[in-house]
Amino acid sequence: MTDIILRADAVVREFPRGRRLFGPRSPALRAVDGVSLAINRGQTIGIVGESGCGKSTLARMMVGLLEPSAGRLEIDGQSIPALARHDRRSLHRRVQMVFQDPLGSLNPRKTVREILAAPLRALHGMDRTACNKRVAELMDLVSLRADFADRYPHEFSGGQSQRIGIARALAAQAEVIVLDEPVSALDVSVQAQVLILLAELQTRLGLTYIFISHDLAVVETIAHEVAVMNHGQIVEQAPAERIFADPQHEYTRLLLASALRAAPRSSG
Amino acid sequence: MPGLIFRRLLMVVPVLLGVSVIVFLVISLIPGDPARAILGTFATPENIADVTRQLGLDQPLPIQYVVWVSHLLHGDLGRSYILHKPVMDEIMARLFPTLLLAGAALVMASAGGILLGIVAAVRQNEWPDKLITISVLIGISTPSFWLGMLLILWFGVRLAWLPVGGMSEMFGGGGIGDIARHLLLPATTLAAVAGAVLVRLTRGAMLEVLRQDYVRTARAKGLTESRVIFVHAFRNALVGIIPVIGLQAGFVLGGAVYVETVFQWPGIGRMLVSAISTRDILLVQGGVLIVAAAYVLINLLTDLAQSLIDPRIRAS
Amino acid sequence: MSAPALNATMPARLSYPRDRPSAFARLTQNRMASFGLLLLSLIVVVVVAAPILPLAPPHVANVAQRLRPPLTPGHFLGTDQVGRDILSRLIWGTRLSLAVGVFAALIASLIGSAIGLLAAFRGGWIDTLLMRGIDMLMAFPYLLLALAIVAALGPGLVNAMIAITIVNVPFFARGVRGAALSIVRTDFMAAARLSGLSDARIVFWELLPNVMPGIVIGLSTTIGWMILETAGLSFLGLGAQPPQADLGGMLGEGRNLLQVAPHVATIPGLVILLLAIGINLIGDGLRDVLDPKLKSGGLARTHARTDAVSLEERSKGLPLPGAAARLPLAIRGLRTHFRIGRAIYAAVDGVDMAIAPGESVGIVGESGSGKTVTALSILGLVATPPGRIVGGEILHYGEELASATLSRLQEIRGRRIAYVFQDPQSTLNPLIRIGEQIAESIRRHQGKSAAEAMRLAVALLESVHIPDPEHKANAYPHELSGGQRQRVGIAIALANDPELIIADEPTTALDVTTQAQVLKLLNELRRERGAALLFISHDFGVIAAVCDRVHVMYGGRVVESGPVAEVLERPRHPYTQRLLACVPELGRRGRQVTPIPGLPPSTDALPPGCAFAPRCHRAAPRCSIGEITLDAVESDHYARCIRVNDA
Repeated sequence: MTDIILRADAVVREFPRGRRLFGPRSPALRAVDGVSLAINRGQTIGIVGESGCGKSTLARMMVGLLEPSAGRLEIDGQSIPALARHDRRSLHRRVQMVFQDPLGSLNPRKTVREILAAPLRALHGMDRTACNKRVAELMDLVSLRADFADRYPHEFSGGQSQRIGIARALAAQAEVIVLDEPVSALDVSVQAQVLILLAELQTRLGLTYIFISHDLAVVETIAHEVAVMNHGQIVEQAPAERIFADPQHEYTRLLLASALRAAPRSSG
Repeated sequence: MPGLIFRRLLMVVPVLLGVSVIVFLVISLIPGDPARAILGTFATPENIADVTRQLGLDQPLPIQYVVWVSHLLHGDLGRSYILHKPVMDEIMARLFPTLLLAGAALVMASAGGILLGIVAAVRQNEWPDKLITISVLIGISTPSFWLGMLLILWFGVRLAWLPVGGMSEMFGGGGIGDIARHLLLPATTLAAVAGAVLVRLTRGAMLEVLRQDYVRTARAKGLTESRVIFVHAFRNALVGIIPVIGLQAGFVLGGAVYVETVFQWPGIGRMLVSAISTRDILLVQGGVLIVAAAYVLINLLTDLAQSLIDPRIRAS
Repeated sequence: MSAPALNATMPARLSYPRDRPSAFARLTQNRMASFGLLLLSLIVVVVVAAPILPLAPPHVANVAQRLRPPLTPGHFLGTDQVGRDILSRLIWGTRLSLAVGVFAALIASLIGSAIGLLAAFRGGWIDTLLMRGIDMLMAFPYLLLALAIVAALGPGLVNAMIAITIVNVPFFARGVRGAALSIVRTDFMAAARLSGLSDARIVFWELLPNVMPGIVIGLSTTIGWMILETAGLSFLGLGAQPPQADLGGMLGEGRNLLQVAPHVATIPGLVILLLAIGINLIGDGLRDVLDPKLKSGGLARTHARTDAVSLEERSKGLPLPGAAARLPLAIRGLRTHFRIGRAIYAAVDGVDMAIAPGESVGIVGESGSGKTVTALSILGLVATPPGRIVGGEILHYGEELASATLSRLQEIRGRRIAYVFQDPQSTLNPLIRIGEQIAESIRRHQGKSAAEAMRLAVALLESVHIPDPEHKANAYPHELSGGQRQRVGIAIALANDPELIIADEPTTALDVTTQAQVLKLLNELRRERGAALLFISHDFGVIAAVCDRVHVMYGGRVVESGPVAEVLERPRHPYTQRLLACVPELGRRGRQVTPIPGLPPSTDALPPGCAFAPRCHRAAPRCSIGEITLDAVESDHYARCIRVNDA
């Protein structure tokens, strides 16, 4: 018996194109074009695709930052767009996001403590002492020294910044975390650190991940289920073991064939 | 390109409309009775009733505006009760001197500003740059009306090289050479501040552009440094400079008010100042409107120049 | 979406000291700004003290004493046309001008910033409406609108101030909106929303602090401007009304006496000038302190080539080149450093590398390893300042490039050695047609006519598989896709049949499917033409696909080098081993990635000995002592590790 936590049903998102004063109005750009998904509690779904395939737009709709033009998007049976409109805080206690650019997602003029305390206060109404205690716990959870809490973002490396971004998502105590290219701005050695951290947190806290990436190999290491997107549509979806071993769709095969491997014939 | 010009021309229409609304509103927001303001303190009640009717001031505001615009479209800006002649005639007689002065100043400011800006950027932190930077600082801090007086005092009075005011000699003047001699000091005064702003901007833009990746590409191709600077860097810097030239046109047209006053230049600016002190409201209204319209057209030109060098703007 | 910003020609992260001096302290360190500060404080002190200074009453006329020249006893600056003491009037007038300027600037910035913030944050029709209104106001020549307002309200200082305030609101509104828009679109604003913060809190706690420096800079420049403009209106007789006089009013009164008593007009003008200079200097200083773009390294002009110390000094201790002098490229002991502030970053710190004709050599490493700086040092393309070649030789068939004349270097650039850069979006000139960008290089080096060069350029576009090349030669870079742009980049590199192509992360900004095609093309074409290749990448997969040999860099040095297959399959240096273990491998789902603990060292504080030792699982105390050399572990396979043969 699977337990579906997040469901997308024929979700569409259009962006109006620049209107000309004269001439026919150009049709809207369909960034996401009828995506249906069901995501199981406690699992990781990887969404793979190249730039412009609509994966980031989909991610932003899932956390209520964008509204779908059509279709249904539900978390725990409740409509995400409706929650975003009427009860933003309750939505963000359920679903959070980690962004691609680690430094760009942290306000340069706030200390780490202020950044982490914001969701604690606004979403959970904690007072100052409770906040400080929880901030220390969160820092520990993402393996950062507690005394870093009073530093500013520019004092951290990309990998450390991304840990802070993850800690902020955890602060909301959301069950679902949408990770939009969380490791693609990081160097390989740091990328590995963050991937391991994410896996550990999932086991410990029972999180559900929606992991968005352009990198097939990264998705393969972390995802249980993989959806391949192209031109706003999901062209293939399957368990991770299957999709890489036996790709069905032509586009999936092309992606796999294009990936370059460090050691084609290696065995060690 | 013709399509682009057409589109830009169309975009000018709402701007001109907005400008006319603002001019109209400012004047109709005059506290008290506009007719009295127009006629001054010595008007008789009959005069006032007359003017009120003539100007349609007994009508609601939107109707007044429509009437005003329809007159405007026929070239009628009303009559000046001080000068006793149509506002349009007075403005037309003074438009050319103002445009000549502002145009000359803008050309001097742009040419000088860009040239010095490039020199400062290329010779950054060397003596030419330091000299230019200090002159720029003084330039943007100088009140133009004061600078004008100093120039008059020095070149007009002490050295007596150039005339101290007016646009031509009273007797036997009016030739191109004569006007140019009269133009030199006021245009220089007006150009000084605008030019200083452009020097600073050009220097900054060049330094910024010279750090761009495509400049490194140009150098990697083995191009000579002069080609790198003038073809690859300068063209890109110009994209940022041209809109500011447009902006400076506005400052020059406005600053002309001071300079015309100091140099007794027979332009619209001086007319406006005296019209304001004599409360000749219609003359102010017409003058501001016409100069603003000229400015809108200058901005249209800089817009077009901008899209001429930047294909990305053409596309959008 | 897929571009990790790994290519850094400058150290990616500047280290900020924890106890960074406050903005004010940094302002006073700026010589010009402190001069401005001093000038302005002097004026302010005098002006504030005006009521208690022993001054003659400013408004009392004394016709008997009229038009006394400066330095008259009792009237230090002389008297005006009705015999009022100029010094006294000057001080009181300055007081008035300064107060009006500051007050008007504050009000204008307050209203303008509110409009700008609202427009940027709300967007949609509110933005459109507000900004169209602002556009209308800006359609007027600046001063003219102020005149119209004064005309409507009537002359007077308060009315002049209102007019000047109104005409300045649009500048603030526009500037603040622009700055705020770039912030509104950042991820941290989205994150603030996700943190459950209310709109008001987001605007005042997240957005405003980031826009504030811009507002402060705008305010500081505007005060000077406002003083000039209100003085102008008073000069015209539309501002302060007699007997009250601000500086402009005094100037206006003195204008008619210009020839008789020039001091009456020139002295107030001089004070306006000093006041404006003081304020502008402070404004410039604030800009330098608060604008992050200027803060990081300063907008120094990049030189035509990287500075280098003399060859004599650089080649000290190097052995004779020998066979290396016959290679298209031999780098020996190269050291390129960056000086930023007081810190020195040893981005490249002793790199050796040789490339034989037709060979394909890779450099792999993480950001900050020095791979890109190595590549850019070869033809002196590292930005100077702050870069500088401080050691080693760069030999091109025995000719040392860092000491060649600029014109000789320019002959080699693009002709013998050519580059393909990382991001084709920013590395092509946006204003020049792509055909011309290729052709100019052909004209430069082969002296062909314009028509002939363009014909060759079109042929090159065809050979890099640009469809419809004749037509596309007239296209601008923005009209091409990312993959096509990088093909143009390759065409530029191939234009003069160079002997060596240096490709710096050429496919990092591209999607995987495009990357595969571009790599294949690059490799085929350079083989056909017999060009050697130096390929820089952070991606082992890409290196494996194109290179014969590879150098692994860490902390500005090569830590391992050898044939690609050999290094990838049997890495000998612990860093290479651990780095390979970090790379997730497609099709091997069971295999966990194993991260390397810690962070790469900052190159301004490299540890002694092996730079990797602090993170190395096999490090011994002696790893952190003295110089560790790059030694052969097998024929043609080298590693910089003293424990390489320990069990």
